[in-house]
Amino acid sequence: MAKRIDVSGLSAYYGGHKAIDDISMTVEPRSVTAFIGPSGCGKSTFLRTLNRMHEVTPGGRVEGKVLLDDENLYGSGVDPVAVRRTVGMVFQRPNPFPTMSIFDNVAAGLRLNGTHKKNELKDIVEKSLRGANLWNEVKDRLGKPGSGLSGGQQQRLCIARAIAVEPQVLLMDEPCSALDPISTLAIEDLIGELKERFTIVIVTHNMQQAARVSDRTAFFNLAAVGQPGKLVEIDETERIFSNPSVQATEDYISGRFG
Amino acid sequence: MSDVMTDRRPRAEHPGGTPLPVSLRQARLPRWTPAALALVSAALGTGIGLVGGLDSRIQWGLIAALLFIGGTFALAAGVEGARQAKDRLATSLVWIAFLLAVVPLASLLWETVARGTTVLDGFFLSHSMGTLPDALPGGGIYHAIIGTLEQVGLATLIAAPLGLLTAVYLVEYGRGRLAKVVTFFVDVMTGIPSIVAGLFILSVWILILGFGPSGFAGSMALAILMMPVVVRSTEEMLKLVPNELREASLALGVPKWRTILKVVLPTSIGGITTGVMLAIARITGETAPVLLLVWGAKTINGNPFEGAQQSLPLYVFQQWQQGSDASYDRAWSAALVLIAFVMILNLVARGIARWKAPKTGR
Repeated sequence: MAKRIDVSGLSAYYGGHKAIDDISMTVEPRSVTAFIGPSGCGKSTFLRTLNRMHEVTPGGRVEGKVLLDDENLYGSGVDPVAVRRTVGMVFQRPNPFPTMSIFDNVAAGLRLNGTHKKNELKDIVEKSLRGANLWNEVKDRLGKPGSGLSGGQQQRLCIARAIAVEPQVLLMDEPCSALDPISTLAIEDLIGELKERFTIVIVTHNMQQAARVSDRTAFFNLAAVGQPGKLVEIDETERIFSNPSVQATEDYISGRFG
Repeated sequence: MSDVMTDRRPRAEHPGGTPLPVSLRQARLPRWTPAALALVSAALGTGIGLVGGLDSRIQWGLIAALLFIGGTFALAAGVEGARQAKDRLATSLVWIAFLLAVVPLASLLWETVARGTTVLDGFFLSHSMGTLPDALPGGGIYHAIIGTLEQVGLATLIAAPLGLLTAVYLVEYGRGRLAKVVTFFVDVMTGIPSIVAGLFILSVWILILGFGPSGFAGSMALAILMMPVVVRSTEEMLKLVPNELREASLALGVPKWRTILKVVLPTSIGGITTGVMLAIARITGETAPVLLLVWGAKTINGNPFEGAQQSLPLYVFQQWQQGSDASYDRAWSAALVLIAFVMILNLVARGIARWKAPKTGR
């Protein structure tokens, strides 16, 4: 199921502004890779280039290559819709569809892609909600609107929605930044379980979180405000947090930054 | 506390030297004061008007309003202080503005109901004018109701889909010059006087293409008036849909057109329906294009594509023009039916908006 991502020479632009410059890295399958770095350094932008969501923003443009098991996402003839089915995404703020019930939210990706068989949908919805550790909390209220759940439950609902379409890779853009510590713990546990099946990339501002959940960590930085963000280094999480090879990484992690 | 513990610190003093107020409480006027003042000023206004021999009731009202504003301000300034007095002044101005806005509306409704119910009955609603001479009592508006329903329905069938699609284009796809041009022309269309829209269809459809007058010709002019309203309101509603929902759907691998159809439109359908309903309400009362293009028949014509028809606003206009007592009565009753029709449309729109609003229930 999980796939390897090979990025080489990737730059992303917003109109004339270059947001990230010449990034190359490898994301291993069935592992968690964390992106850390100061605000505005292009972590989220880079994440969004991995499933071609960057070009949804007006003026968004990408140069370079992203290989998903040897297939270039930015090659000619590649359908961005097919890319997004393969590479799922969870956003910073929980965003369940307000017009849909909990069941319909999880089934949304499948239904909108053309699966309509009742029994099949029911099985997948249950499996996904169990996968997101939400089933026990919502199994009696599947017909209620998703916006009635708490913030942490909504975020797990969004994760269930993302894994229901069985992607190969799951991108998470600060999935816990709007949540309390207990919901955060629930989601971190979930990430640990999900990495058995998916390749996971997570952007976080919380360095303890990166240390807790990830196998590898990438540190991004920018030279100055207005300059494009760059990848400083990527290594085993343990190495990054104990003995990074670049001084800037150590400064950032130990709080001596800026 | 201070008599138990000896506090040796100096009292907090304002930089200017005046001590801070000891208490946070202050004198307040009783709750019923504004109401009582309003009653007193109304009575005084009437009294002064009567004694002074002023004929115009508007003068009475103005005197009462001025007394009310001045009285509240003076009383509040005396009892509560300057800031509260200003607050009360603003509040009373808002109330008077509210009354000024409500009085014409209420009197219009009162007048229409009082005069419009004289001949309004089942017969009036189910018969046309036929060959009845205008000066005689009798006759009805059945042909006008049929005409209005058909013309407005056809206009909606033309304008609502076009307007909806234009708005979807502008919000979801429109970038660059074409979108700007479309927005500009929608703005221009919003300002077209209804008589000009009527003249345009008259010159193209009847004078150049040679068709006769018909309900459909009227519908086309009404559609021109309705379309920009639909585009504008739909555009605003679509812009209210959070971008995060679009992105969530796109990130699930849903194509853009399906995202619009299944996520964006359902989220905003309540507001869009309200907008369309209000646009319908607006064109229902249009008289000028109907006068030019539908001509106004006296008999029932159920076919909107052939021959002259009638419509409610045009019927009111024509009956008023006749100038007999019987036709005045008919005009008022038809006006009442027209107001009721528009009001029902508005209520339906509100109902749909509430029914379709995104649910937040737990």
